Amino acid sequence: MAALDTANGSSLRQAFGNVLAFFILVLIGIIAFSIRLFSVIKYESVIHEFDPYFNYRVTQFLTKNGIYDFWNWFDDRTWYPLGRVIGGTVYPGLTLTAGTMWWILNSFNIPLSVETVCVFTAPVFSAFAAWATYLLTKEVKGTGAGLTAAALLAMVPSYISRSVAGSYDNEAVAIFALIFTFYLYVKALNTGSLFYATLNAISYFYMVCSWGGYTFIINLIPMHVLLCIITGRYSSRLYVAYAPLVVLGTLLAALVPVVGFNAVMTSEHFASFLVFIILHVVALVYYIRGIVSPKMFKVAVTLVVSVGLAVCFAVAAVLLALVASSPTKGWSGRSLSLLDPTYASKYIPIIASVSEHQPPTWPSYFMDINVLAFLVPAGIVACFFPLSDASSFVVLYIVTSIYFSGVMVRLMLVLAPAACIMSGIALSEAFAAFTRSIKFQLLGQSETSQSDPGDTSSCSIETQNDVAKTNKNEDPIKERPSKRNKKKEKEKEKQKEKEPVEKSSMKSQIGKRLLVLPLEASLIALILLVLLCGFYVVHCVWAAAEAYSAPSIVLTSHTHDGMHVFDDFREGYAWLRHNTDVDDKVASWWDYGYQTTAMANRTVIVDNNTWNNTHIATVGTAMSSPEKAAWEIFSSLDVKYVLVVFGGLVGYPSDDINKFLWMVRIGGGVFPHIREPDYLRDGQYRIDSQATPTMLNCLMYKLSYYRFVETDGKGFDRVRRTEIGKKYFKLTHFDEVFTSHHWMVRIYKLKPPKNRIRGKTKKSKSKAGSASSKRSRTQKRNPWH
Amino acid sequence: MARSTSKDAQALFRSLISAYAATPTNLKIIDLYVMFAISTALIQVAYMAIVGSFPFNSFLSGLLSCIGTAVLAVCLRIQVNKENKEFKDLPPSVLLLTLSSAI
Repeated sequence: MAALDTANGSSLRQAFGNVLAFFILVLIGIIAFSIRLFSVIKYESVIHEFDPYFNYRVTQFLTKNGIYDFWNWFDDRTWYPLGRVIGGTVYPGLTLTAGTMWWILNSFNIPLSVETVCVFTAPVFSAFAAWATYLLTKEVKGTGAGLTAAALLAMVPSYISRSVAGSYDNEAVAIFALIFTFYLYVKALNTGSLFYATLNAISYFYMVCSWGGYTFIINLIPMHVLLCIITGRYSSRLYVAYAPLVVLGTLLAALVPVVGFNAVMTSEHFASFLVFIILHVVALVYYIRGIVSPKMFKVAVTLVVSVGLAVCFAVAAVLLALVASSPTKGWSGRSLSLLDPTYASKYIPIIASVSEHQPPTWPSYFMDINVLAFLVPAGIVACFFPLSDASSFVVLYIVTSIYFSGVMVRLMLVLAPAACIMSGIALSEAFAAFTRSIKFQLLGQSETSQSDPGDTSSCSIETQNDVAKTNKNEDPIKERPSKRNKKKEKEKEKQKEKEPVEKSSMKSQIGKRLLVLPLEASLIALILLVLLCGFYVVHCVWAAAEAYSAPSIVLTSHTHDGMHVFDDFREGYAWLRHNTDVDDKVASWWDYGYQTTAMANRTVIVDNNTWNNTHIATVGTAMSSPEKAAWEIFSSLDVKYVLVVFGGLVGYPSDDINKFLWMVRIGGGVFPHIREPDYLRDGQYRIDSQATPTMLNCLMYKLSYYRFVETDGKGFDRVRRTEIGKKYFKLTHFDEVFTSHHWMVRIYKLKPPKNRIRGKTKKSKSKAGSASSKRSRTQKRNPWH
Repeated sequence: MARSTSKDAQALFRSLISAYAATPTNLKIIDLYVMFAISTALIQVAYMAIVGSFPFNSFLSGLLSCIGTAVLAVCLRIQVNKENKEFKDLPPSVLLLTLSSAI
């Protein structure tokens, strides 16, 4: 009778639970979508920053010309005169996804523009990523943990920062692909089904299409397989989960033009092949052990070890020689800088100069993953009770992503899903323990049976010993992770909360006795946990609204008489678009290349792709040279207009004068006559009256500060907080054609060479001003010599 | 020492052959298929070593698809093997469906 009741009750409860979970997931998707809409509400529906403009332009081309033209597209409006093969150098996943969405919507006669689809791609895919996190965590720990992890991921600020509405960048879809691939791998590992292994390979293909960070997947999964083999957890499910992924995944990855043959030739993929071979060896060993008697097996082992090792060493030596012969040992520059963080600053200054590639500071961890930083160690401990293949995988994931996020701040984005999964597991275990205590206490009181609420343990001495033993075991485990976070008191609170969890899980293994806490303690702890989550939500919403929603193409400032909007960038690009010829070339620093081609629709010399260091160094040299030499360099590149960004009037700190030292360094790396110490006075970078003459005469100084003294009479630069050194000067080779409203964008035109030279012979040209005409009369000097 | 190892090797060899002869016929057919796929892959590698790897795409695709069919056949064998305790409750139709979808 009681059994039937509970059976009916439990199935009803299960159905109710499923419906509730479904509605919670819908709500989580809505949260993930709407928290990213702050930028659209506060500013407008516009594409942000720099890289998204390139993706937007590529998507425009795709929607206008179709996929075959897109695949074979050679773009001649960037990197003049070299051009760029877009089809072969771009990761097509994002643009193909947005293009497909636009095409589907248009075939339903919903006329959304390409820009709208591009702006809202990221929020839509972040909702998908939250659902994928739910699926992944459900495979590891169960539905409760899954829902918590999904809710945490929907709001985590690190992910919001790269996926607000308008941030149309690769990571918007790549993080979804990453989590979904991991989910399919764990599912294939748990069930041993070839169906999920195939889906895993297809999802991995989507990840390869989307982001260069796919190498993380193809190295993490082999690492996990190796871990399973070493810890003795080899099973045939492991084989089914991993082996098809390697073969199918490599085949599919080689299909993407960006990757091409790199899928089998670069060191980033070798780990997967190595583990593939090791897995087959292990599988063979297990198979032979299964069909042969133990004595024969020992004989086989000695035979194989003696013969096989010799062969192995020979092959490995050949391979190592091949790899060591290449200067970077087969790794690409970006991957090497992940393994050796000092590599980029020594050898490739362009990679070192990107602010996203710097190591993060400690406060940025708290800003980006907030409360999760404390919950992660608790989650790691919870994963060990019990340790399964799936939980060892997520532990490996979080450990490696913590290391990589410490190297490059951009990779905090990869840490965010791992932190959410761990915290979700920790929170759900804690909630389960407390609610179980409360339920037991309440039921115990209503049945008037054994323990009064004052008891903290059930009533045998044996369990007291077990409690002491588990305490001793957990303390050393928890001490090590607790060193990682800053707030020790919160960690002690978590320790106290984790103890009942561990005790209860131990208990359920030994006997069926439940360990409960006092009613008041668990109630208070529950309230505190809910408060913790409340703080997290408040922080996430604040971060999304204030810190990460700025489109950086429109700037705002709050003065006492309201909000002031600086729309100078779009003003400058619109001027270029309407007042110059279609084929005019514009030179600027590489930061603004993508925006110039997308918004102003003019050919640029260098852009954000930074694939050709010499070309960038040429532009850097031109900016660092005096006017005449710069004019020579620019006219050899057919440049008509030069664009500089200047923030000194309004205090915009990311202008070209602040970036100037990078121009000098990169230019000096290729052209040795540009020396950085020439521009520094006593090792200090100054632009005031104490600056070096090289600095005061270089093109960047002149183009930034031309006529600047007319604004306030003294030429006070608000960013550098000094008066400028050279105030009154004329430009001899450039004409100022446009300065935006707040002087942030300044455009100059190259003056055409003089038609007629005064004076006929060399003898009459004794003045200094005629030196230029003498040079223009003789061969035009080649700037490359 | 050498004689004992060679005697052991022969004993091992014989025991392996006798143990393998005991496997059921359908598994032996799958093993034959795997051998065939791997031998095709080896032939392709030998051809590349002789003639050169010019259309690297075709070499890569041929090699990887041979290895792929071998791996998938091994997976099928794993799942069909009755001695494998983890897969005992899957009907054969499901297995064939997954295999065909993978290929």
